[in-house]
Amino acid sequence: MRIVLYIWRQPHRDAPGRMVRYEVAKVNPDMSFLEMLDVLNEELMNRGEDPVAFDHDCREGICGSCGFMINGVAHGPLPGTTVCQLHMRHFRDGDVLYLEPWRARAFPVIKDLVVDRSAFDRIIAAGGYISVNTGSAPDGNAILIPKEIAERAMDAAACIGCGACVAACPNASASLFVGAKIAHLGLLPQGQPERYRRALNMVAQMTQEGFGSCTNIGACEAVCPKNIKLEVIARMNRDFLVASWRARREARVEGFG
Amino acid sequence: MSTAGVSVRGEPAVRFYEAAIGKKIVMAVTGFILFGYVLVHLLGNLQIYLGPEQINAYARFLHSTPLLLWGARVVLLAAVILHITASVQLWLLNRRARPVSYVMEKDPPAGYASRTMLWSGPIIGAFVVFHILHLTTGSVGLPYRELDPYHNMVYGFRIWPVSLSYILAMVLLAMHLYHGLWSMFQTVGVHHPRYTPWLKRLAAAFAIFIGAGNISIPVAVLAGWVRE
Ligand code: FES
Repeated sequence: MRIVLYIWRQPHRDAPGRMVRYEVAKVNPDMSFLEMLDVLNEELMNRGEDPVAFDHDCREGICGSCGFMINGVAHGPLPGTTVCQLHMRHFRDGDVLYLEPWRARAFPVIKDLVVDRSAFDRIIAAGGYISVNTGSAPDGNAILIPKEIAERAMDAAACIGCGACVAACPNASASLFVGAKIAHLGLLPQGQPERYRRALNMVAQMTQEGFGSCTNIGACEAVCPKNIKLEVIARMNRDFLVASWRARREARVEGFG
Repeated sequence: MSTAGVSVRGEPAVRFYEAAIGKKIVMAVTGFILFGYVLVHLLGNLQIYLGPEQINAYARFLHSTPLLLWGARVVLLAAVILHITASVQLWLLNRRARPVSYVMEKDPPAGYASRTMLWSGPIIGAFVVFHILHLTTGSVGLPYRELDPYHNMVYGFRIWPVSLSYILAMVLLAMHLYHGLWSMFQTVGVHHPRYTPWLKRLAAAFAIFIGAGNISIPVAVLAGWVRE
């Protein structure tokens, strides 16, 4: 099959970019989307042109490296799927596809479809540590966790930090990502001691990075390759609210010291 | 508790409002106050169907306790100011968050109401100003008699452009309330896969009740069901 691509080409951070038309003539329907781009890049290199830069690593849908917009949809048309796990059989011969990088002030473009997502790393770092006993390995199941809780924590932990939520959000908000991270540890007993400080600090870092605010649209939930639910955003809001209240009390107690 | 790496800095109240979530919570709480007022206001308005004596007595009752009247006005004014300030700040934040837009834009999945919050808000705001000048202070040149809301509504709504502007504003208000009402629960952290859909239905019911209830009055006047 033949695929027509319009791809955002931008040589580096500060250079202007534009959409460039390419055609991939012999696309095998069993190829993944990234393999199709590999074919294109090979052709470009043979012609002595600069290959299209895109992020990828595991190509198994688990690392969160890959991701760009296909016709305005983060990770493309297949729900619950990263672009590396999207196969060309979901497209038709002659399809015209627009590929664009994630767009957000907090995610500056590095080159072509590659964006700088270190804002996410800084949010994770702001979350800090959890307190655990070090030394010999703890007994398995020494801490009992109800199945329901364990599953909800796992659902949140499925977030691979790809940034599709930010890319899809009309406000470029990182709420789904931060919500998932806060819910993930906040649900588990191991995450309780630092729970509220973590919420405050991660939310503060999110604000500082220049992400937008949530307006409960749900575009993030619709494109998330791991099907993270809006529920985690409500949870983040709740933890932030409780944390702010407690911090106020703590400040009063410590305030005269 | 050790605080290295997880230290919390700054004045809590300031930090709360600095975060987008803090502003949204302020919007949710003030929005709820305004919703409560709109609901009570509608219940007051509907007394027009009980005749001029009833609704005019209600108006006199409200004005007989200035402390209550002015207390409510101060609270409402504060809520409106906070609601608008936070919304403008969030709007600016969200616009700044995506400086370069997409070549291929897809409409977000949420409905009409959530995407219209931004312009339904300012229009409702402008309407409220007009409404106060019309029926509270009587300073827009429309028929007005102090403490005679029955007369004021009947003579005001007989002018169809006035009725039309009220009806349009109420349609927008209903949409604004629908999104706002369920959204405020999400904002303060109430979300449940089973109950949130019900919350949305409840929000729709309240929004329709307020919209339809208010719209019924100019319609009834124009149709001649309510007359002097
Ligand atoms: S490359 Fe690892 S998730 Fe796509």
